[in-house]
Amino acid sequence: MENKKNNEKVREISIPGELIGSSKTFKTGYGTYIEGDKIFSKFVGVLQKSEEYVSVIPLSGVYVPQPNDKIIGVVEEAEKFGWILNINSAWQGFLSLSEGVDEYVDLKRINPTRYFDVGDIVYTEVKESRRGGDIQLTMKTPIARKLKGGVIIKITPSKVPRLIGKQGSMVNLIKEKTGTIIRVGQNGLVWVSGENVDKAIKAIKMIDEKSHIYGLTDEIAKLLS
Amino acid sequence: MRADYILKLLEKDERLDGRKLDQFREISIEKNIIATAEGSAKVKLGKTEVIVGVKMNFGEPFPDTPDAGVLRTEAELMPMAHPDFTSGPPGEDATEIARVIDRGIRESESIDVEKLCITKGEKVWSVFVDFYPINHDGNLIDAGSLAAIVALKNTRIPELDKEGKIDREKLKNPLPVMHFPLMITVGKVGNKMIIDPTFEEEQVLDSKLSIAVTEEGKVVAMQKSGSVGLTDDDVDNMIDIAVKKSKELRKLIEDGKKTSK
Amino acid sequence: MMKTDEKMIVKGKRLDGRKPDDLRKIEMEVGVIPNADGSSKVSFGKTTAIVAVYGPRSLFPRHLQESESGIIQFKYDMATFSVDDRKRPGPSRRETEISKVARLAIEPVLFLKNYPKTTVDVFVEILQADGSTRVTAINAASLALADAGVPMRDLVVGLSGGKVDDTLILDLCGKEDNYSDADVPMAFLPNKNEITLLQMDGRLTPEETKQIIRNILHAGKEIYKKQVETLKRKYSE
Repeated sequence: MENKKNNEKVREISIPGELIGSSKTFKTGYGTYIEGDKIFSKFVGVLQKSEEYVSVIPLSGVYVPQPNDKIIGVVEEAEKFGWILNINSAWQGFLSLSEGVDEYVDLKRINPTRYFDVGDIVYTEVKESRRGGDIQLTMKTPIARKLKGGVIIKITPSKVPRLIGKQGSMVNLIKEKTGTIIRVGQNGLVWVSGENVDKAIKAIKMIDEKSHIYGLTDEIAKLLS
Repeated sequence: MRADYILKLLEKDERLDGRKLDQFREISIEKNIIATAEGSAKVKLGKTEVIVGVKMNFGEPFPDTPDAGVLRTEAELMPMAHPDFTSGPPGEDATEIARVIDRGIRESESIDVEKLCITKGEKVWSVFVDFYPINHDGNLIDAGSLAAIVALKNTRIPELDKEGKIDREKLKNPLPVMHFPLMITVGKVGNKMIIDPTFEEEQVLDSKLSIAVTEEGKVVAMQKSGSVGLTDDDVDNMIDIAVKKSKELRKLIEDGKKTSK
Repeated sequence: MMKTDEKMIVKGKRLDGRKPDDLRKIEMEVGVIPNADGSSKVSFGKTTAIVAVYGPRSLFPRHLQESESGIIQFKYDMATFSVDDRKRPGPSRRETEISKVARLAIEPVLFLKNYPKTTVDVFVEILQADGSTRVTAINAASLALADAGVPMRDLVVGLSGGKVDDTLILDLCGKEDNYSDADVPMAFLPNKNEITLLQMDGRLTPEETKQIIRNILHAGKEIYKKQVETLKRKYSE
């Protein structure tokens, strides 16, 4: 399952069209498709194969919003009934007035930009991904908030789990060593604020480029010391 | 938000990639990379990558210079090089880049076009210089100018066969290139001057001045772009920077390019 | 087809020394254009194509959008200096036709139902043309799409076949392309039994035609192996 190359272990990479197994044996997860009774990979990605279950985690690809995703968005337009956000995907996200603001808003007297204005950065959640690329966002969840100051960096969305690490171990390591606050969006947008932003950004970029190797944690620790 | 961050850094004389304000990114130059061209070069400035190919064909001389060859520079901003580029005929940006690159070469009389005459008044060599950005991370003009002059310096003129037709299998005499101008673009933002801007840095510049300097230290072409005006002190300062940096760049190239064939 | 007195095959060897079934030297690389979502550079001998893929991304103008699915847009372009006689910039009829057939060669493998109203843009630039440019473009596009993480049923393999001097050959170079009795560019899905591009011009018997197709399917396996190795190589260094 794992190829050892020099001292770096590399996970097994699957290619689109590669036969993974029989649909009679395995249940299928993300990144696979079935033709006849055979399971194939859809992506260049890491193959996860257990006794009953197969999936392929793609190593690249643009962000496709799923409900409950916690993401970072940037307000692009303020409209009468809500805001349109850039969420780093092929579609924009829409935050309605009712999902953005807790109180009642009298539009005759109050301009919605008082709540969110063009350029504001928010940590938000995907409420619904409706047909035809209609992505509905919500701020009515404990983690949602406006992010002030800081800078945004983009990474490949599929690398986000690696940046976060087991129970947040990787991102916490970076935060500690650089004295920064970091919010990681599942859409590949990462918000960094604090003292050593440059160092934090270097570490984040390294993870983006080398997410497929083991021993990455040690390399990051070295970089940050 | 990125723009603000870049501006904040610049105020402290810092840049996103840790460079000094007057520092080039890593430069690499490869010549003769296109087998089907009479001359070619690939230049990388950091992540910016461009290719210039030189082709020679028969052409008609301009009426006022009947015994001189013709130089023509074109640029296509291929949509592959940046997500914001779209297909279609060259817009004002592509045209400007082509003309600025052309100016640096033409005005310095870098090519001895009188040696390119075949039959006076009728037939001369046309030298086509075509610029293609492969990846755009800022400073296409400097990268393109450098690639153009390296490509021209490595261009060889095809021989003519017995019937007077072009035989590109036989490339013989080098194109007569007399000078080696280098273009340095200096960007102004607030009261800071930077060279070799990345794509993101270009978005925050107030103005840019591109200056071509020959190996003799002569200024042979200039082009200002951007919507904010420059004071005469600014321009003096930018010329000094360009002269200094072109010397440095020239030395870098002569000391052995990072990768060259 | 042009005519020539020059022999294309002398003592069993082709102009460049190859045997009839030999392919030229193949070079492949992915991730060559940092700005693109996926990219590749592929050479078969002198013929070289570089490809950038952007997307799935938002598609404008709106009237091109499909509410139930994403679309693929394919632009094949030859650099002015890619051919002997400088090509004038801008799309020729040939490039427009190739853009279309290449798009149709790739479309069947893309899963675009999950990406409504979007486009996957494929930009191909031929840097050097020495025969078989459209199939080289398809090989490169297939790699760039996989590199971009666009979900695919399979990779796509492209290869040309033909006939010169009464001999069936594979991977035609420029001169062979010009003087051949027949030229057959083809693209297929290596893990399925599906041919997605098939063109032909010249004169062949039905048996010769079928034989060329079989030869291409067989030799294409080598190309597929190289594509797989190229994609995996990115993640092993």
